[in-house]
Amino acid sequence: MMLKISANPHIQTVRNTRSIMLDVVIALMPAAIAALLFFGVNALRVILTSVAACVLFEYLACRYWLKTANTTQNFSAVITGLLLAYNLPSTMPSWMILIGAFMAIIVAKICFGGLGKNIFNPALVGRVFLFISFPVQMTIWPTPHFLHITSPDGQTGATPLNILKNMDTSSDYPMYSPDDLPSYSNMFLGNIGGCIGEISTLALLLGFVYLLWRRVITWHIPVYYLATVFVLTSFLYAATGEIKFLPLAHLLSGGLMLVAIFMATDYTTSPMTIKGQIIFAVGCGVLTVVIRSFSAYPEGVSFAILIMNALVPLIDKLAVQRYYGERKKCPRKSRAY
Amino acid sequence: MAKKYTFPMGGIHLDKHKTTAACPIIQAPLPAIAVIPIKQHIGAPAKILVSKGDKVKTGTLIADADGIVSADVHSSVSGEVLKIEDVEGASGYVEKMVTIKVEGDVWEPEIDRTPEIVREINLTPEEIIAKIREGGIVGMGGAGYPTPIKTTIPERKKVNLLIINGIECEPFLTADDRLMIEKAEQIIMGARVLNRALGIQNAVIAIDENKPEAIERLTALSKLYVGVNIKVCKTKYPQGGERQLIRAITGKELPSGKLPVDIGCIVQNVGTTFAVYETVLKNKPLFERVVTVSGNGCLHSGNYLVRIGTPISDIIGQSGGLATDVEKIILGGPMMGSAIVNTNAPITKLTSAVLLLKGDEFAKHEPSACIRCGKCALVCPAGLRPFAIKQAVCCNDPSETLRRLHVGDCIECGCCAYTCPAGIPLLDYCKIAKQEIRKK
Repeated sequence: MMLKISANPHIQTVRNTRSIMLDVVIALMPAAIAALLFFGVNALRVILTSVAACVLFEYLACRYWLKTANTTQNFSAVITGLLLAYNLPSTMPSWMILIGAFMAIIVAKICFGGLGKNIFNPALVGRVFLFISFPVQMTIWPTPHFLHITSPDGQTGATPLNILKNMDTSSDYPMYSPDDLPSYSNMFLGNIGGCIGEISTLALLLGFVYLLWRRVITWHIPVYYLATVFVLTSFLYAATGEIKFLPLAHLLSGGLMLVAIFMATDYTTSPMTIKGQIIFAVGCGVLTVVIRSFSAYPEGVSFAILIMNALVPLIDKLAVQRYYGERKKCPRKSRAY
Repeated sequence: MAKKYTFPMGGIHLDKHKTTAACPIIQAPLPAIAVIPIKQHIGAPAKILVSKGDKVKTGTLIADADGIVSADVHSSVSGEVLKIEDVEGASGYVEKMVTIKVEGDVWEPEIDRTPEIVREINLTPEEIIAKIREGGIVGMGGAGYPTPIKTTIPERKKVNLLIINGIECEPFLTADDRLMIEKAEQIIMGARVLNRALGIQNAVIAIDENKPEAIERLTALSKLYVGVNIKVCKTKYPQGGERQLIRAITGKELPSGKLPVDIGCIVQNVGTTFAVYETVLKNKPLFERVVTVSGNGCLHSGNYLVRIGTPISDIIGQSGGLATDVEKIILGGPMMGSAIVNTNAPITKLTSAVLLLKGDEFAKHEPSACIRCGKCALVCPAGLRPFAIKQAVCCNDPSETLRRLHVGDCIECGCCAYTCPAGIPLLDYCKIAKQEIRKK
């Protein structure tokens, strides 16, 4: 008989990296179902291509380049693949998706050292690269057709954010009028134009509830992020009276929900303490509103997250949680000894 | 339902595994040979008073406290001293131990062996503290800090609350639970003795909510005694940690590096309190204790009253023997206890449990890359950032950096290492960091 010796603790939680990642995949499933319902098989093609490409790239990189253990089994590449796909329109050509997956896995993740060491969210790097390289394909928005398995590719429309952006009430000939904006219930359910995974707020919220229930994430980042966007747009709306700042429309449209729930909360690229996460989320919210309102782009969440990702090491250094026994506000005097 | 007390910072919820909670305390049979270490406490080893060939009785003083921070050691059996030599202890380190061949069980005559509960305290505080010292009492929760020092209040310090720690937050352990159920009144009397020694009127017995029988017994009895209150705490690990318990009961946090006495509290374990009762009111020094024998590799788990010095292998034999598939033997709880290989080592004053574990349930996963989830910082009851400590240790950062991370405040509860999904042994890094600081 062999007795083992080890340092305490002698018990360990059953929650390992793999089970946490699997939970995120499960939480992303309602959005996939919504995508299938509104964009049909084309959405399935985008999702499968993206996931397969990401897993393949990670496998090849581990096997032939890093020569480390195969890390595809922990599902992190699957999550990157899903999130990249969710940030693309359903008409995206497959070869472009491959390029996006390459940028996400190889450039943004493996080049930085692999799982846990990347500074920028891989899926967002992939998306932004595609967005600036193929602006035309990245801004074709097929109109959603509920339960049309093969949706006619010809029909395209505008996203709510496009409508908001080009609704300048001061000009004589605005491109859109407030009546073009879809109803809030359509925005909530997902019957709007946009990237395949971002349209249905309902599906994304279901995933959020699942993540909270499984304690994968805490509520702080999504809630602070969304609240910041809501408060800032409310303020701008009240101050200027312009419909393009309509707070609820900003909350329910574009990639905000998807990004706030699934991408800003990415463990590796967000701060590690609650305090840091709140700073991060508020920063994301401010940048999102600034880019959406004042830049040439209708959507700003990807840039907002990537900019805040770059600040994470600094936030981690500064946002120290309160130590046990430390007074809430540390007066200078107590440092005297 | 009354308010349940707890600490707000960090902590985790563990599977309880308290399968022995309904097992009454059974007197373990006397060993054939008792091996008694002369250092079972923090501080200097006691000075040995006996020599080879001496006859001793149960309760005879065999080693005298050497200085203030030290504790008396008594013989737990009657018989003949076989040898006094260095033996490998449970930790693997060689320690000086007194080996006694057991012949019968003759107790020292002054020990009151009657079952009656003594309810009168006719001693001055000084006399009580002297008796606690003569009884060789140390903190039985695991720290082993000599109790007489803790009950002697330093000058210019004022104590106003005694907290009896009846929290057993580690999985498997039920020794304190059973003691509270079966010796409830003795524990209350022990608390009153300590109160008298401290010159205060106020004692709180803190129990966690998963011990309904103990809560019921003690609550009923506490109504008969003025100044003894029962407070129910939430079941959460490490609720039994001194700092966490003080925060839960008083709402105050101990500043870094301060002792409970600095904010007017004294915390004593229930086992210690019971030993105080026995030694002060029944003249019985500390030579036996309740030990939980449990674990999924244990055939007949239970709670045993074991003489100190009994070899661990005897206790394992008592509980059905060591099955061949047992992989780990742990002294104490699975979170803070230590794994041992030497089953000839003795039970000491600090051994709360012997756990026999096997199988995948208790296998640790291979460490993998940190995914920066931050859960270690979320569960740390001291508010530390174990991930940062690990980084600093791995990068050989100067001890100044480690000190700035408050490494010294780590209570070594193991919440971080338990929670880490990547299986990183974060507690090991914290311990290394603590040593780094101590070097300077």
